[in-house]
Amino acid sequence: MRVALFLTCVNDTLYPDTGRAAVKLLTRLGVDVDFPMAQTCCGQAHYNTGYRHEAEPLARHFSDVFGEYEAIVTPSGSCGAMVRELYPRMGERARAEGRGDTLAATLAPVVPKTYELTEFLVDVLGVTDVGAYYPHTVTYHPTCHGLRGLGLGERPRRLLRAVKGLELVELPGADECCGFGGTFALKNSDVSAAMGADKVRNAESTGAEVLCAADNSCLMHIGGTMARLRTGMRPVHIAEILASTEEEPAV
Amino acid sequence: MSGTYLGMPAFPEAAREAVGNATLRGNLRHATHTIRAKRATAVSEVSDWAELREAGKRIKDHTLRHLDRYLVQLEEAVTAAGGVVHWAADAAEANEIVTQLVKMTGESEVVKVKSMATQEIGLNEALEAEGIHAYETDLAELIVQLGKDRPSHILVPAIHRNRGEIRDIFAREMSEWGRPAPEGLTDTPAELAEAARLHLREKFLRAKVGISGANFMVAETGTLVVVESEGNGRMCLTLPETLISVVGIEKIVPAWQDLEVFLQTLPRSSTAERMNPYTSTWTGTTDEDGPQNFHLVLLDNGRTDTLADEVGRQALRCIRCSACLNVCPVYERAGGHAYGSVYPGPIGAILSPQLRGTGSEIDASLPYASSLCGACYEVCPVAIDIPEVLVHLRERVVQGGEVTREGNKVVLRPAKGHAAERAAMRAARWAFTHPGVLRGGQRAASRTRRFHPRTLPGPGRAWSGTRELPPVPAEPFRDWWQRTRGGKDGDR
Repeated sequence: MRVALFLTCVNDTLYPDTGRAAVKLLTRLGVDVDFPMAQTCCGQAHYNTGYRHEAEPLARHFSDVFGEYEAIVTPSGSCGAMVRELYPRMGERARAEGRGDTLAATLAPVVPKTYELTEFLVDVLGVTDVGAYYPHTVTYHPTCHGLRGLGLGERPRRLLRAVKGLELVELPGADECCGFGGTFALKNSDVSAAMGADKVRNAESTGAEVLCAADNSCLMHIGGTMARLRTGMRPVHIAEILASTEEEPAV
Repeated sequence: MSGTYLGMPAFPEAAREAVGNATLRGNLRHATHTIRAKRATAVSEVSDWAELREAGKRIKDHTLRHLDRYLVQLEEAVTAAGGVVHWAADAAEANEIVTQLVKMTGESEVVKVKSMATQEIGLNEALEAEGIHAYETDLAELIVQLGKDRPSHILVPAIHRNRGEIRDIFAREMSEWGRPAPEGLTDTPAELAEAARLHLREKFLRAKVGISGANFMVAETGTLVVVESEGNGRMCLTLPETLISVVGIEKIVPAWQDLEVFLQTLPRSSTAERMNPYTSTWTGTTDEDGPQNFHLVLLDNGRTDTLADEVGRQALRCIRCSACLNVCPVYERAGGHAYGSVYPGPIGAILSPQLRGTGSEIDASLPYASSLCGACYEVCPVAIDIPEVLVHLRERVVQGGEVTREGNKVVLRPAKGHAAERAAMRAARWAFTHPGVLRGGQRAASRTRRFHPRTLPGPGRAWSGTRELPPVPAEPFRDWWQRTRGGKDGDR
């Protein structure tokens, strides 16, 4: 299976370790991973801030870059939801505005082929035990777009429960937003910070060493708050936990 | 909508104050989390909730699509039953109609049962200006009115107050408005309820004019419906000689049978009850029973314009249950007042900028008062995709475009204050459609990483004020990939 890794601009630029972990994990599971170098950004920040017309060329670019692959895998629930939920909507809007079917036709092929990483593992590869080893206490934060946009459900927790050495503890108020929300964190920074602080307090109350999620942007906000509040907890992307093995444990 | 709330600061500033108020945050957190959990239980008891939700959505969509026809049918049915129908295009017209109707009775005081429509148009203030005193009779509305406050929640307007605060308001203010609070009033719920009961009973028995809203209007029979928990509404609806109901045109349902759906979804979504303690219906007038004069004021006030918007019109499905407020993490921290409208929370964030337009600072800021977490859409009993409308309205704010105002198509210019953001978004789009540029930027950031500041200037300050910045890695992923082809060419 020829699979393209869509790493997202945030992961690529700020969290290359997540990308390396995804490559390591997928390769270990027998997947032939490619990273199309022309990939950039799915356009979510533009779209969600109200700049749909700026987001459209980015969506077209995404389709040009990824259209030829059998599957597109991304370690981001939020960018995955952008492609799956909002690309069809962009096509519909273009049509409603009398711009024809071109955009819809361009975007349609990538929509059903795009998977969030844990979804790809469980649904496409059919594995829940990926042979990982991670001897730490972990709590899981289901990010909003993964939870409600993609409906990841129990998939990430099932994968985590199968990790050797990992103790999974439930996060109180897990389904509540951490307060990142892209440009929301800047435009409504006081509310965003209050939401982040509550999320971190809930995480702290579990006694876990690590808070894990399937989205680096939420982890950037939660982790930045953890560091400022000096909790000693660490934010870790789920890909890095699943890639960790006894031979090559993650730090 | 009325000017009552305009002149409010934009949402972020108003919210900052609320976030800093520990008592308010505690009250809101306690109340929203309690009702949130109860709602989830009440909804889980119904095996066909998904079907009910879909049915509610379809009934409302169908009604809105044929609103012209159903409104005429309603008018005919109300008239045939002995009522009088008045049409009000905007707040001023509605206030004028109601004021004249009250004046014709010769009365100078009215009792009111909760009506968001009358708050939307600022009716109490308009009546006051003509020397007519309006007494709110819902317990929470009474608390708000006595406290010279504004409502902060659709269902529980005094949600931001705790028991101690309510006791102080009763003890201090009741005597100004009528029967004083009993001596030595404590903050136990039973004593507070009894004080309100005695205070209100005096008003119910004296009032000759009642003013109400309605949760639903049934087109085929001309029947209006109010659901409530206290029975005060029923007093207002049955005791006065004249009843004036002010209702938004979107509150209509085609047939009596349609109530079956909403009388299940509304109470479970709002108060987490299986059914409302009081469901009152009234149809025109009946000889020697109840009000002998009935007036229905049908309020547009931006609703027809909202209906013209393909994406935004779904907001008119709202049945005012407030489930979206109770799950919203932003509402929980910012409180209802920050939304600058009688409609707070996620639904307010999409309703107010449509009813009032996005011209004012507060209305232009409301579409951004959300992290787009989607919890509101998940709980909405009529499946309003609030995040979709928020993004649609953000587009209107930053890019302008065609909207309908008072029936005419007008082209809006982009709102002020977004020029820098627009330029940044354009630049980012350009970089992202030129992968080489993105790569150059990543490399420059990596090379200079030792010199990066720990705090950011400009809009970024909002981030670094409360959160640590992530360090820029020595090498972006794509450089590692090109160097190693995913580990195949050496270094992993």
